[in-house]
Amino acid sequence: MLESYYPIFLMLGIAVLFSVVMLKASTLFGPKRPTDEKYTTYESGMEPVGQARDRFSVKFYMVGVLFILFDIELVFLFPYAVNFYELGLFGFVVIWIFLAIQLIGFIYEWKKGALEWD
Amino acid sequence: MIETLLIAFIKIVIVLLVLLTAVAYSVYAERRISAFIQDRLGPNRVGPFGLLQPIADVVKLVFKEAIVPRNANKPLHDLAPVISLTVALATFAVIPFGNTITLFGEEVKLIIADVNIGVLYILAFSSISVYGIALAGWSSNNKYSLMGSLRSSAQMVSYELSLGLAVVGVIMVTGSLRLDQVVMNQTNYLFGVLPAWNCFVQPIGFITFVVAAFAETNRQPFDLPEAEPELVGGFHTEYTGLKFGLFFLAEYAHMIVASAIITTLYLGGWHLPYIDMIDVSPMLMSIIGILTFVIKVTLVLLFMIVIRWTIPRFRYDQLMGLGWKVMFPMALLNIFITGLILLLLQ
Repeated sequence: MLESYYPIFLMLGIAVLFSVVMLKASTLFGPKRPTDEKYTTYESGMEPVGQARDRFSVKFYMVGVLFILFDIELVFLFPYAVNFYELGLFGFVVIWIFLAIQLIGFIYEWKKGALEWD
Repeated sequence: MIETLLIAFIKIVIVLLVLLTAVAYSVYAERRISAFIQDRLGPNRVGPFGLLQPIADVVKLVFKEAIVPRNANKPLHDLAPVISLTVALATFAVIPFGNTITLFGEEVKLIIADVNIGVLYILAFSSISVYGIALAGWSSNNKYSLMGSLRSSAQMVSYELSLGLAVVGVIMVTGSLRLDQVVMNQTNYLFGVLPAWNCFVQPIGFITFVVAAFAETNRQPFDLPEAEPELVGGFHTEYTGLKFGLFFLAEYAHMIVASAIITTLYLGGWHLPYIDMIDVSPMLMSIIGILTFVIKVTLVLLFMIVIRWTIPRFRYDQLMGLGWKVMFPMALLNIFITGLILLLLQ
């Protein structure tokens, strides 16, 4: 059972190895001529103003929260979809009651303007 | 045990070599095709027709200075491109690129890891790729990078929902999370003539999935993170040399993997319609399977490239609006219709 996953670990290992080798190749073969200017943060040729560790729009958090909510809904849908034929009409009705509750939340947030970007 | 791992190792090496060559040449193909679309010539100096251009590009990138800005977070700055490329390459582990092939008296399945949750694996790995971009933008400590990565993460996260919901339709039809089962299910015929590909069985799901896949790979018309006029290079502004190369490789590897997933889930995978009506030897059948898969993936890839150079970029609010207000309800509608029809047919 678990044996079918070994090739995945092997693949992951080889992929990581390949990426790390490429990463190191750059520092190994590239020239090293450090100047002070070269290591400043790029800001269209201007002196950088402050840091980038600043506050950003709350909208992005909003998207994150909504994503988690509906992603969990999605996770519940997978086992249902696999057993779709066995569950038949009963399963279909039940899953749509569940989805309808989620949809009410979705419509509410839509009307509240959580999906608007302006 | 050792034997199975050895076979897996050989398969992985072959697949990775083919995948990386394909990545290099899809970059070349993209540059050539875009050039022809814009009435230019594109790269044509290195080797015949410029065919050695990808190698020249890699050599150039290797000998560039690796610069990490002073204010950047060094470990995370290194980690981000590794995550991006690893995820892109590892996703290929569960995609069946053929049925079975008999070599030296042994039957080998043409899939690296024959797991029973292939679809979940793909979705899980496409979620992880967000980390590469989010970390790259944040660790650079550059305002453009941060903005680019924020936009990109929000976009990928939003479209991932539609992606997952569209796949639910396919699973309902197949009744399994195995990708070889998904392909097998598409070898039948609808009404006796039309191949039962999921793009015909699930047209709404197909469109939703393709659009979401475009958004997931940050391709035009959804390549907002790289909106040059406002955000320079987006999340990879502060990357140089091969570290930038890793992101570049990852982007094209993602494209190829996305094409392979679209092919497997919706376009019949390695199955060539009507081939089973002709009597061919099993060996030839396996080779035809692999070739069919490669040709289908190439066609989807070319479609992605042509789309990039013909359709203008979205505005960010339009992009998020499309993701949440159109794609998400559409994917749910697909599940509803699929369920209803399957119940009626039962």
